[in-house]
Amino acid sequence: MQRIGVFVCWCGTNIAGTVDVVKVAQTLANEPGVVFSADYQYMCSQAGQDMIKEAVKKHKLTGLVICSCSPRMHEATFRKTAAAAGLNPYMVEIANIREQCSWVHKEMPIGTEKAIILGKAAVAKVNLNAPLTPGESPVTKRALVIGGGIAGIQTALDIADAGFPVDIVEKLPTIGGKMAQLDKTFPTLDCAACILTPKMVDAGQHEKIRIFSYSEVTDIGGFVGNFHVTIKKKARYVREDLCTGCGLCTEKCPQKKVPNEFNLGMDTRRAIYIPFAQAVPKIAAIDEDYCTMLKTGKCGVCAKVCTAGAIDYKQQDEYITVDYGAIVAATGYNPISMDKFDEFAYSQSKDVITSLEFERLTNAAGPTAGKLLRPSDGKHPHTIVFVQCVGSRCSGADKGKEYCSKICCMYTAKHAMLTRDKYPDTDVYVFYIDVRTPGKNFDEFYRRAVEEYGVHYIKGMVGKVTPDGDKLVVQASDLLAGKQMKIDADLVVLAAAIEPDKSARPLATLLTASMDTNDFFTEAHPKLRPVESPTAGVFLSGTCQGPKDIPETVSQAGAAASKVIGLLAKDKLMGNPCVAHSDEMMCNGCSSCEKVCPYGAITYADKEYRMPDRTTKVRRVAVVNEAVCQGCGCCTVACPSGAMDLKGFASAQIMAEVDAICK
Amino acid sequence: MAERNNMKEQILRTSGVNPLKCMRCGKCSATCPAYDEMEYHPHQFVYMVETGDIEPLLNSESFYKCLTCFACVDRCPRSVEPAKLVEAARLMVIREQGKNRLKPDDIPAQLDEDMPQQLLVSALRKYSK
Repeated sequence: MQRIGVFVCWCGTNIAGTVDVVKVAQTLANEPGVVFSADYQYMCSQAGQDMIKEAVKKHKLTGLVICSCSPRMHEATFRKTAAAAGLNPYMVEIANIREQCSWVHKEMPIGTEKAIILGKAAVAKVNLNAPLTPGESPVTKRALVIGGGIAGIQTALDIADAGFPVDIVEKLPTIGGKMAQLDKTFPTLDCAACILTPKMVDAGQHEKIRIFSYSEVTDIGGFVGNFHVTIKKKARYVREDLCTGCGLCTEKCPQKKVPNEFNLGMDTRRAIYIPFAQAVPKIAAIDEDYCTMLKTGKCGVCAKVCTAGAIDYKQQDEYITVDYGAIVAATGYNPISMDKFDEFAYSQSKDVITSLEFERLTNAAGPTAGKLLRPSDGKHPHTIVFVQCVGSRCSGADKGKEYCSKICCMYTAKHAMLTRDKYPDTDVYVFYIDVRTPGKNFDEFYRRAVEEYGVHYIKGMVGKVTPDGDKLVVQASDLLAGKQMKIDADLVVLAAAIEPDKSARPLATLLTASMDTNDFFTEAHPKLRPVESPTAGVFLSGTCQGPKDIPETVSQAGAAASKVIGLLAKDKLMGNPCVAHSDEMMCNGCSSCEKVCPYGAITYADKEYRMPDRTTKVRRVAVVNEAVCQGCGCCTVACPSGAMDLKGFASAQIMAEVDAICK
Repeated sequence: MAERNNMKEQILRTSGVNPLKCMRCGKCSATCPAYDEMEYHPHQFVYMVETGDIEPLLNSESFYKCLTCFACVDRCPRSVEPAKLVEAARLMVIREQGKNRLKPDDIPAQLDEDMPQQLLVSALRKYSK
């Protein structure tokens, strides 16, 4: 039997104004197990806490009920008080008689009655409380960043600068991501490569950063502080330790007709290639789908010209396993496919392009060396139509995305402005539904495109694009003028919606991290924990969490890094002791709990049991990993045999509370 | 006002369209091949039904100009399906004019060999309540 002390707080008039605190204390004194009961003006004050400590000693209390504000407010305070008085901190229960009682009731009798009931429930629960001790687990002081775009690079740099080793796993042969493909960045118009490539070099040279390029994560085990990750280093048929990145092989390779994905297929590269001049690491890779030597065994030109002897046609995929304390997902985005938007004639005409293709067409390192030329005939376009919201803000149909892709309004304004700046003889039209420019200097930027550069912004959508000779007939609405218009355009640029990279969904499965219906990673709290996944030890950086521009991505990358640093700085992790545990004798190994666990905390083990007849039997039983369990209680509901229970919130305790309330 | 609401309700019920889904991008009017023939245009149909301003719509020739080509239905990013509103409005007018002239009993007399069955089905859909 517990010896319980009840402490009723007035909270000035906050509680005492609508609750007769003296009557509450007197009534609760008669509850089973209660040996001491008192009220005080401010229980959380030093004097109030001292009063609790003295009562614990004097009356040899084993459990405490504090009738006060929400546990969110002061549960931690009173747990510390209990610990200081020599009690286990989990022998404290809070009855919330402020937010859930005095603040919502106006009349003293009603408030008092409810406060007594809430107090009785807490007493009933404490009677069944048992001391709990949080588990401890060590922390591997190394972080993994999955994805080597600007988000991953910035996160890795920030973690490494704090002194912790970081590995970046990038699926392509170089880091840099989408930002490396961009020309200029809004709203300042600084050159993307000029601000990104120094960061890529910093990451490549940082003594705390390892880059696994042309690699993928294939398996993740363990839990927060103790992840075991298998990384597949895809065969690039070039030895990383020998290649100097001189590029001779990429000039001599006779296979010249490989679509160059860095320029979105608008020009070609060789079968052995370095994606772009500033690649990090600057190491060639052989594309096995196109290499004549790998396919037929006849060629070997690259091996002959390589003075470093780095070519190795027999190279195999290599798997390595590394331990990490924290994992950051930074898998980024892609523009959606235009296949389902026949009305814009993307598949019919080379001169209908996406905005990312437009970036390459205006980039000095792009297929046209920065001259804006039509892909079909290499002529300078004189009339350009930009179409916004292509595939964004769609609903119901199986094409497009329901969300706003966020970045298109600004990059379209940038494209339109830069075109008018470089080629003032060009007519530029932008069809928009809404122009969304929330951001520092964003609306000013858009207005400049209209007012200073004379870009024609038309409120309305394009209905269809019809190729006609060397022209593209654009039929569109001008909603403000109330007319349907036709424009003979030379080039049409589609602001395609963006979607999470296809690698995100399988990665989320490996991480047991949750995703929304659009395959964006879900954050632990949309307002207050925006860079953490609900899965402990997993953090989110960049567009894998939702559409965002470069400044936002960099801020979020830094925020994710600070959370990782906070985790890695700890020597040991204190767990939450209110976790699930399974009564092995009742568990029938049905897997119901494992299926509902959002955190992947439950596994199964075959254990030997002595049976009453002295035989031994092997049974499959659930095992909860207490470091991973977040104490949500899903499993306790799913368990058909009642074997699963939550420490600190056991079914018996909850039922005792309900009984006390209903009595 | 009650009459207005009635007409709106009837059009919404017959068409199954929710005009509140419209984000007013104008793609329906941008894509409409009969645009120049119309006094009110597809995006305006949707807005007029949404606000209950249906009288002028019914008094206009516009919705008889719709070819029911369904380009607006196919291309609407929000799946509003403007052509279905147009069809519902046409049906309402026909019914209000009391042109429920097709009675099941009369059908046998009207039948001839060349008449496709589909025509009967759509005739009943149009003319009978």
